[in-house]
Amino acid sequence: MTTAPVPALRRRPILADNPSVLWALLVLAIVTLGVTVLAEGAGAGVISTSFVKTLGKTLCLCLAAVAMDVVWGYCGILSLGHMAFFGIGGYAVGQWLMTARTYDIVAQSLAGQPLPPTPRELDQAVATQIFGVVGSDHFPWIWAFSHSLPLQLLMVVLVPGLLAGVFGWLAFRSRVTGVYLSILTQGMTLALSLWLFQNDSGLRGNNGLSGLQNIPGLEGWGQDRISIAFFWASALALGLGYLLFAWLTSGRRGSVIRAIRDDEARVRFLGYGVEGTKLLVFTLTAVVAAIAGALYYPQAGIINPGEVAPLASIYLAVWVAIGGRGRLYGAALGAALVSLMSSWFTGGGVPDIPLGIYTVQWTDWWTVLLGLAFVAVTLLAPKGLGGLFDLMPRAPSRRQGDWGPDDGAWRNEEGEP
Amino acid sequence: MTTLLEVDSISVSFDGFKAINNLSLTIPETGLRAIIGPNGAGKTTFMDIVTGKTRPDSGRVLWGQGGMDLVGMSESRIARLGLGRKFQRPTVFEAQTVAENLDMALRNARNPLAVLLARRTDGDRARIAALAEEIGLLHHLGRRAGELSHGQKQWLEIGMLLAQDPRLMLVDEPAAGMTVAEREHTTDLLRRAARTRAVVVVEHDMEFVRRLECRVTVLHEGRVLAEGSLDHVTGNQDVIDVYLGR
Repeated sequence: MTTAPVPALRRRPILADNPSVLWALLVLAIVTLGVTVLAEGAGAGVISTSFVKTLGKTLCLCLAAVAMDVVWGYCGILSLGHMAFFGIGGYAVGQWLMTARTYDIVAQSLAGQPLPPTPRELDQAVATQIFGVVGSDHFPWIWAFSHSLPLQLLMVVLVPGLLAGVFGWLAFRSRVTGVYLSILTQGMTLALSLWLFQNDSGLRGNNGLSGLQNIPGLEGWGQDRISIAFFWASALALGLGYLLFAWLTSGRRGSVIRAIRDDEARVRFLGYGVEGTKLLVFTLTAVVAAIAGALYYPQAGIINPGEVAPLASIYLAVWVAIGGRGRLYGAALGAALVSLMSSWFTGGGVPDIPLGIYTVQWTDWWTVLLGLAFVAVTLLAPKGLGGLFDLMPRAPSRRQGDWGPDDGAWRNEEGEP
Repeated sequence: MTTLLEVDSISVSFDGFKAINNLSLTIPETGLRAIIGPNGAGKTTFMDIVTGKTRPDSGRVLWGQGGMDLVGMSESRIARLGLGRKFQRPTVFEAQTVAENLDMALRNARNPLAVLLARRTDGDRARIAALAEEIGLLHHLGRRAGELSHGQKQWLEIGMLLAQDPRLMLVDEPAAGMTVAEREHTTDLLRRAARTRAVVVVEHDMEFVRRLECRVTVLHEGRVLAEGSLDHVTGNQDVIDVYLGR
């Protein structure tokens, strides 16, 4: 049988099939260049260094949200653990930052002594400096690689990857789905944060890691230039992550991932290994979230176990829901908007409202407002903010029906699109 | 003719209710077989057991010449061995286009890595177009499956079943919600498919079964009540008592 080429089956590059990817990358590029030109580091000084850091952190949160959208919006796994992977990424890079910097400081202060310190003495002094707050004077085993940047960067990927892989394998294999799976991921997150809160976890308990904004080797740069460098790195990571996930959610692999979300039992009867695919998506998104965290915390300067707590992961889900599940730009938009508004409201940027007997202080009431926004979006606009783009008038509207009323009239698909 | 599927004295009960009671059945490599029976006879449970959705309490389900036991295998593994299933209620992926639904069902490598790197080849495209023509959805390839009518969804699911190119097709009430002309097309299609593979049809509709002109197995209370041509089983006194006589 010879088949005339069917328009619906035409071979098209991924980007032509999904023009929103190009638009999203274009917007990202414009924002990146705009902020760079206006930043203090470049001389214009319209945007302060601390705000550049806020924007850089926001890009990292956007990347985490895009990963969350893939695992939740596309694959249907409502993970309440992706900010835990984000935090692990931060801890992993923080261990190197703290160790390297403390070595520099201790070496400097010991330099004046008549006898140069032995390496052993140096180690001891550094360990006392870092772990004094939790009553220890030696490096715990978990800091074994902390002297090496490449090894710690490997840990950024390896530790969350392994954790997500093992956890996902156990959970998906037993076919835990839906709300039970969410509870399980939340349990994992809670356990991790409780463990981190302990002083003998080896990660400084509730003190967390601090001073991460000082990048060893870049002392001469100054925070204004460092902030721009991290802003660029965050933008690059977001761009690459966006491309990766746009690829993952396209074609047959994207079809299978979305089919698992909608009816995983049916996918099994088609012969696909549902568990393997879910594990792949869960682990890959966890690793990307960790990379986002590794870029976030050097800009934040401090990480503590509270940031790994389940609440952070719930916020991530709220951002994605408000931005619009099932579309990557929606997730990024939701994360950017809500997290920026959150720092505006809680940072005292919005004036309080005196009501006579009661004053509405936004630092307290912001959470309520966010909660109401979440409920409103869930009930009234399930597509989220991203759904607004569907309202945009589209260039030549596609004909829906046949080209004419006669039997022989061309069908829509036969005509020029 | 060699046996493709041998169901060997399977039993399963749910909360004390024996849905399948010591059922044995053999299906040859090619040909059509109809399974009929009143509600609760165990038709769907039988399909669930064969496709790995339900695990029987006892008995074996042997597949192919090697006599591989399917009991305990995952649904996806069984599907990859060449067992395709069409559900009673049409279950297609409504958020995706007709083309995407067919593309997913095409017989291709199924391991996660192969799926990850898969690209739709020209061969796949030709196959999708041919299937779509067969099921009358060629002009609907770009539409979302959710927009289709009930009958069209039935067709799409039949198309997905054909796309899998299975050795055994299990078809649950294919004619529900179809017009007379569509029913005739369905019978044609099933009969044609049965020339090269085994096709098992579960059906309520006697007229439809008559048109299939095949061997009929009557199930009742989870076991085989009678087997033979339609005329033979409809003449059987037991069958008349429990099913037709009511």
